[in-house]
Formats: sequence, C-alpha cells, structure tokens
Amino acid sequence: MQEWLLLEIAGAGAALVAVGAGVAALRRRRARLALAAEEAEAPAGDAAAADAGRPGGLAAVFFRGLARSREAFARGLAAWGGGADEEALQALEDALISADIGARASASIIDAVRRDLRRARDRDPREVLRAQMLQRLGEPAPLARVETPPLVVLVVGVNGSGKTTTIGKLAARYRREGRTVLLAAADTFRAGAIEQLKVWGERAGVPVVAHAAGADPAAVAHDAVAAARARGIDVVICDTAGRLQAARPLMDELGKLIRVIRRQVPEAPHEVLLVLDATIGQNALAQARAFKEVAGVTGVVLTKLDGTARGGVVVAVREETGLPVKLVGLGEGLEDLRDFDPEAFVDALLGDGGEDAGMRSAGPGATVAP
Amino acid sequence: MLETLTRGFRNARNRLQGKTTLTEDNIASALRDVRVSLLEADVELGVTRAFLARVKERAIGEVVHLKATRDGHGIAAGTRVTPAQHFIRICHEELVRLLGEEEPQLDLSGDPAIIMMVGLQGSGKTTTAGKLAHRLKEEGRRPMLVAADIYRPAAVDQLVTLGERLDVPVFSIKGMDPVTLCETAVGHARDLGRDVVIFDTAGRLAIDDALMAELERIVERTRPQEILFVADAMIGQDAVRTAAEFDRRLSFTGFVLTKFDGDARGGAALSIRAVTGKPVKFLGMGEGLDKLDDFRPEGLADRILGMGDVVGLMKDFEKVVDKETAEQDAVKMLQGRFTYDDFLKQIGMIQKLGSLRSIFEKLPGMGELMEQLPPEAFDDRELLKVRAMIQSMTKQERREPDILDPSRMERIARGSGRPYEEVEALQERFRDVRKMMGQLGQSGMFGGIPGLGGGRAARRAAARRGPVDPMSALGEAFPGLPGVGPDAPAGRPALSPEEKKALARKRREQRRARRKGRKRK
Ligand SMILES: Nc1nc2c(ncn2[C@@H]2O[C@H](COP(=O)(O)OP(=O)(O)OP(=O)(O)O)[C@@H](O)[C@H]2O)c(=O)[nH]1
Ligand SMILES: Nc1nc2c(ncn2[C@@H]2O[C@H](COP(=O)(O)OP(=O)(O)OP(=O)(O)O)[C@@H](O)[C@H]2O)c(=O)[nH]1
Ligand SMILES: [Mg+2]
Ligand SMILES: [Mg+2]
Repeated sequence: MQEWLLLEIAGAGAALVAVGAGVAALRRRRARLALAAEEAEAPAGDAAAADAGRPGGLAAVFFRGLARSREAFARGLAAWGGGADEEALQALEDALISADIGARASASIIDAVRRDLRRARDRDPREVLRAQMLQRLGEPAPLARVETPPLVVLVVGVNGSGKTTTIGKLAARYRREGRTVLLAAADTFRAGAIEQLKVWGERAGVPVVAHAAGADPAAVAHDAVAAARARGIDVVICDTAGRLQAARPLMDELGKLIRVIRRQVPEAPHEVLLVLDATIGQNALAQARAFKEVAGVTGVVLTKLDGTARGGVVVAVREETGLPVKLVGLGEGLEDLRDFDPEAFVDALLGDGGEDAGMRSAGPGATVAP
Repeated sequence: MLETLTRGFRNARNRLQGKTTLTEDNIASALRDVRVSLLEADVELGVTRAFLARVKERAIGEVVHLKATRDGHGIAAGTRVTPAQHFIRICHEELVRLLGEEEPQLDLSGDPAIIMMVGLQGSGKTTTAGKLAHRLKEEGRRPMLVAADIYRPAAVDQLVTLGERLDVPVFSIKGMDPVTLCETAVGHARDLGRDVVIFDTAGRLAIDDALMAELERIVERTRPQEILFVADAMIGQDAVRTAAEFDRRLSFTGFVLTKFDGDARGGAALSIRAVTGKPVKFLGMGEGLDKLDDFRPEGLADRILGMGDVVGLMKDFEKVVDKETAEQDAVKMLQGRFTYDDFLKQIGMIQKLGSLRSIFEKLPGMGELMEQLPPEAFDDRELLKVRAMIQSMTKQERREPDILDPSRMERIARGSGRPYEEVEALQERFRDVRKMMGQLGQSGMFGGIPGLGGGRAARRAAARRGPVDPMSALGEAFPGLPGVGPDAPAGRPALSPEEKKALARKRREQRRARRKGRKRK
C-alpha cells in the first residue's frame, strides 16, 4: 500500500479520536445545560395572533442601491436559452452569491432550480427561482404574544448590529399598538450604552430601568421584570451588550441573564431576537447557531436593509437553523421597523418589477417579464 | 465541518497526486476548492474570480520541485514536496502579496496631524478612535478626540467616556454642525498644544449622498493626513461596493478591520484591498482600548484561505506513524476491527504531535466545531485519564473490547482511579470511533485497499446497501454534532453535475475492479 494512503488513514484515525474527545465533552456540557434548563423549558404557549396586514413601501426601500444584483439577475435571465440553460443558471448562481446567500446555499438553490426546470421546461426560470427561495424562507413568523403580561423580549447579537436602535423602534411600535412598555438597560458594559437606550426610551415615550455602568446585567433584567410585574406593564424589552459568539464567558453571561429572568417568569423570555446586520456575510450562520444554543433565539431582526447590502445569508440561516426573520430595520428613525415580508424580500433580491414589487400578489403561475 | 475534515484528507491525496507539472486540468478541482473556501470567507465574488485567474496563470506550467529548496509552510528545506503543497503555497503567496507586504504606518506629519474615522453604522469607528488615541498616547503623542457624530443617540457620551478612561481631551460643541466642528477643533488643538486630532464621524451609508457630502466638506476644510475607513471583519459581499464608494468620494488612506477577535474569516480584507488598492492599517481585536493589532499579511492570508494545514499535519503524522505496522493497522481499522491497543496508539500519536488544540487548528473546517466545544475538549489531561483507563484493562480486554461488562468496567475504574461513568463514557466513545472507521472503510473513500471488505459476501452486502456516505456515518456515530449527519442539509455540499458524473464513473470503475478481482481469485 502506498505510504501516503497509510498516512492518511492514520491521520484520519487520530483526528477522529481527537474529535471524539471533543464531542464527548460537548455531550457532557449539553447534558448539564439541559439539566439546568429543564424546568424552565416550558413551551412558549400562546404565541398566536399574527400581525395582519402587509407592510407598505418595503420594496421601495429595498430598491435603493439594488442596481447591481438586479443587473446580475437580469443578465442571468437574458442569457436564457430555455430549459435548464447552464450558462444562465451559472449567472443566477453568481447573483445569489453576490447577495450573500453563500456558495453552498446558492449551489443548492440552483441545483433545485435546475431540477424543477427539467421537469417543467416551459416554466419561467424567474418564477422557479422565486418559488425555491420562498420555500426556503418559510412562512412569515409573527412576534410572540402572551395572555398574562409581561411579555418579555430579549434582544441579542454581536457588537454594533443594531440591537439598541431596534429596541427603540420596537418600543415605539408596541406603544402605537396601545401597550405599555418598559426597557431594561442590561448593556452595562459598552461606553454610553445606557445613555443611548435612555434617549430611545424618551423618543418612544417609555420608561427605562437602568443601573450604573458596570453593574451586573442580570440584576438590571431582574429589576426590570419585577418592576413590570408590579406596575402591570405589558412588554419588557431587554437590551444586552454586543458579544461575539466566540467569546465564551460573554455567552455564559447571557445564559445567566436568562436564568435570572426565568426565576420570575418561568416561560420568559417569550421572544429572543437575534439582530443581524444586513451587511453581514457567512459568519451569520455561526452566530445563529451559537446564539440559538445559548439563548434560545426565536427569531431574527435584519437591520440596515436601507443600505446596499441584501442580507441574503438569512436564507441559509433559516434553512440551517430554522430561525425565521421576524422584523427588518430600514433606517435609524423610530418608524423604520417593519414586519419581514418574504415575498418583498425575494422580489427585491431578484430585482423584480418596479417600486410596488412588494405589494403585487404574484401567485403561482404569474409570470413577470425580466 | 467533519465533512470538510474528511474531504481535507481525501484532497491531500486526490488532488494533483503524483503530478509534476501543474496543468489546467490537474488544478481545476483544486481551484474549485479554493474558490469555495474564499467565498465562505466572504471574499467578494469578482475579487475571488480575479484572484483565481491570477493564481491559475501563475501556477500553470510551473514545474514542481520535488525537494523543497527553502523553509516555509511547515515544510523544511530538503523534504519532499507534493504538487498539492506547491499549489497551496502559490495561493498563499499570492494572497500575502495582494494583501500588501509593506509595513503600514500612520502619516502624522501635520500640525496637528489629523486622523479621520469613516465608515458604515456600527462598524467600530468610535471604539477605534479611542484605541488610536490610546496607542498614540503610549507613543508619547498628545492626541485629542473630536466628537463629530451629532446624529446617533449618545454618540458624544460614548466618546467622552472613552476620553475619560484614557485621560485624553474630547472636543465637542452642542448644536454645531460637523464640518464647522472639525474645523474649530483643529484650531483648538493647536492652542492646546495637542499634536494629533482624531475625528469620530457618524456612521453612514455610502449611498446617503447628503451625509457623504458632509464628509467631503470636512476633508476639504481640514485636509486630514489619514482618512481611515473602518469596516467590520464580518462584512460580506457588500464590502466592495461600500468601500469603493467611500474611496471614490473621500480617497481614504487606509482601512481598519474591527471585531477580528471573533471567528470571522475576514475575506473583506482582500476585497477592500483589491478594489481600492489601499492598505490594511490595523485590526481591531476586542472591545478594550488596548485591543488594536498591527496588520500582518501572513496571518491574515492563512485565515482567509482557511484551507487548514492538512499538508503540514500529514507531514507531522509522517514523523509519528509507526511505519512497521502502519499497513496492518490501517486495514484493521477500516475493517472495523479497531481495538483499545489501536486507540492507545492513536492517543500516543496525538501526544507526540503536540496538543489536541494544535491538531484541531490544523484540520480544515474545524474552526466552527472548535468554537462550539467546551474548554475541556482541548484539555490534554483528558488523554492521560483515558490512557490510565486503557492501561488498567487486561490484554484480552484491549484486544476484544466487546467483552467489557459492568463488572469488568468496575474493576477498570478502580484500577485507574477514575469514576465508573468515565469508563462507561470511554467505551461509548471507543465504539463511536470504531464504527466510524469501519464506515469510512466501506465508503470507498480509501478505495483500493487490499483485504478490505471482509470477503465476497460482505462486499455484495455493501454493494446492495450502496456506498456509505461518510458524512452521515459520522453523524450517526456522533449524534448531536451540529452540521453533520443525515439531517444536516448544509453540512453536505450539493454535488455539481460534473462531480456527480465523476462519482458515478468512479463507482462504475470500482465495481468493475471488484469483479475483476473476484475472477482472478
Ligand atoms: N441605516 C441603518 N442604521 C441602523 C439601523 N439599525 C441600527 N442602525 C445604526 O447602527 C449603529 C449601531 O446600532 P446600535 O443600535 O447601537 O447597535 P447595537 O447592536 O446596540 O451595538 P452594541 O450595543 O455596541 O453592540 C447605529 O449607528 C445605528 O444608528 C438600520 O436599520 N439602518
Ligand atoms: N469584539 C469587538 N468589538 C468591537 C471592536 N471594535 C468595536 N467593537 C464594538 O462594536 C460596537 C460598535 O462600535 P462603535 O465604536 O460604537 O462603532 P461605530 O462605528 O462608532 O458606530 P456608529 O457610530 O453607530 O456608526 C461596540 O459594541 C464596540 O464595543 C473589536 O475590535 N472587537
Ligand atoms: Mg447596544
Ligand atoms: Mg460611533
């Protein structure tokens, strides 16, 4: 037998033993975590009652700065020679990659499109692609609701993704719906974070529970939930410091914060929102996995969609972790928060139609000229 | 992840095996691998293409020297070099070259010198401004910070807090527009005898014409020596568009990548460098004000290329593998006849190679797994415990692990001074590895090994079952491992049609070869 082959096998063996050791440790850790979380793991209950109605003007905002990906898709479609035209499929795959969907997810989407087109040669390739993407994005997911307040919303994510700003916008939205809101300034770490949340509290007209800079974030969260219960407030939204998912102590701190909240409201936090910046690339996948495991994320907020980035990685995030996008951020103002509309999102990504692309109902069979 | 691991080993063998001249054909698939790796590192598609075209042009026709003529990439001068190593070296060198070899320095010639921070929202401008002030102060300069972000809530508070921490003055006037503010600040700094002024500007979108024009006016009026574009290391394909637009309007002097303390591969560095030609000046390595690193092209190239160092690892294995018994061991392992003696041997190899962590670091695609594993996964003392347990087994137990029953395990626990549960866990882990090795053996990944398959009947059975997917085998053996196993769609890349065809061809050939082999017998 050749020497390299032997080396390879020996190497694989040693690597497996090494990885096995890691996985065994991971299992033990998981078992511990599961034990700790067991009683608190009650189902989130009555997360029903969808926010009805589609957001207006979303597509219009998507449209700003979209020229490039639109051109790419247009090129792909213009090159179409009917059926599964390889060159055109390649151009579409490139366009998907340029929207940050990722090399693998893009390849898998295009494979599916190729397959679908072989089956039905006369189908409009754009429709096929659109259907594939929509299927991957899943149904729109509404924010959680509870019968007995307070509803506790925890906002997490890496540094600078837009957590604090999103909280300001979300508070304003709940206020518009006529609900009382309390904010918890549990980012006690970053310089100026507490002041920032207080400004947003003022703008939205909601009170903020804060301790001094450097205080224990779990204590802030505890006080806020206690205050909300005492005052009969409907919604508590808890800010957290930005943290990179690779920073284990900081992730553990998040776990502690959640345990403290659960001591008062066992089924809380009812909603854990992971904030992703639309400019983010493939690291979003690692973020979604890590925050889901540590903090039990229930949904994603995609911010900064008013820029040129498309945030396509959420397609892969949804596929891999099952986490739906619930909200999108479209600017730095109080009103710039919308429900996520998968159809508008995909249309904007594919550079479909005109300003009202998000509003048109393009049902199955509807074809749109490229 | 694990799939990348197995693929890595396979690649080290398959790709360019035994070739001495690099040709279009024999680098095609290796190029494809690099392409995916770069895209996964968030290098922009166009930049990726340009890079590959360049490497390809350089690589094709090159004759591989089978003896390394100099040290590098863990390959000592004089050792054998394979074409694969050679190719990866070219990629690496090209990447280092593109990232820029020159020592980046700040131009501080002005009186006062002016540094201006610009970039998208939340990229890290304010924090980096604080870090620069800290560094300059350490170097004996007298910096002053200027709070020119009048838009974001509490932006001024944030900078003032940083200034207090550093004992560096922060200039801010409520209600003054950023252009006048910056201009005023420069005069003020002169009066105060501050020799470097750092403007912290508000985050903005490159397509926000009004706000971009504001930056242009600041530049016009104050003529900064340094305009630093601050970008988040996690930024994706948009990096190119945004950086190009900031550069077009402001002609920045260099860029800073922040949040590099995470596990982002930072492909944006290559993208931004490629489209603007501007140098990377610093890397942000944490939230602390001392967490600013100088940029080293070598380290960054490794991280972006992210191909692991399988080649280096194979070289390391070469040193520790027992050549006498290697063949026999390999066949045994792949037939699933893996024993505790083999397990012990593997552990010995790992120990000889260095730490568990160092092995993980060399395996491609292990970054993700590493980040999810608890610290004890890298604790080399675990290996000692395992060794102690195995050494408490009788010879027969080591050779025939399946005879272990509770009473034997009890005895082993007592003998090694470990708790019973640990012995049990070891047995479970051992079975995992054995099962996996067996499945790898059947998967055809190591095709062509004489004696594999355990006879005709077993071979036929294996053929009926169809080829085992090594990844789902790993998933079954290690349940709960993220990204692996039959239920992990993204863990397995979809095969391209050519790859599928190639696979089908390979299987046909294998079947034919097996039939021939049978006839000969
Ligand atoms: N254009 C745009 N900017 C946004 C959006 N959401 C947030 N931002 C800006 O992004 C920057 C960071 O937002 P923050 O809310 O401070 O982010 P964060 O996640 O709380 O940051 P840390 O607490 O430091 O981790 C600010 O300049 C915000 O104004 C959005 O939807 N669009
Ligand atoms: N882990 C890590 N965090 C960083 C680094 N640099 C900045 N941050 C964090 O990223 C977040 C945003 O940083 P800022 O300095 O506020 O960013 P900015 O560009 O000034 O943001 P805006 O003014 O809102 O546009 C904060 O939470 C910082 O602490 C870094 O190198 N590593
Ligand atoms: Mg914040
Ligand atoms: Mg700032």
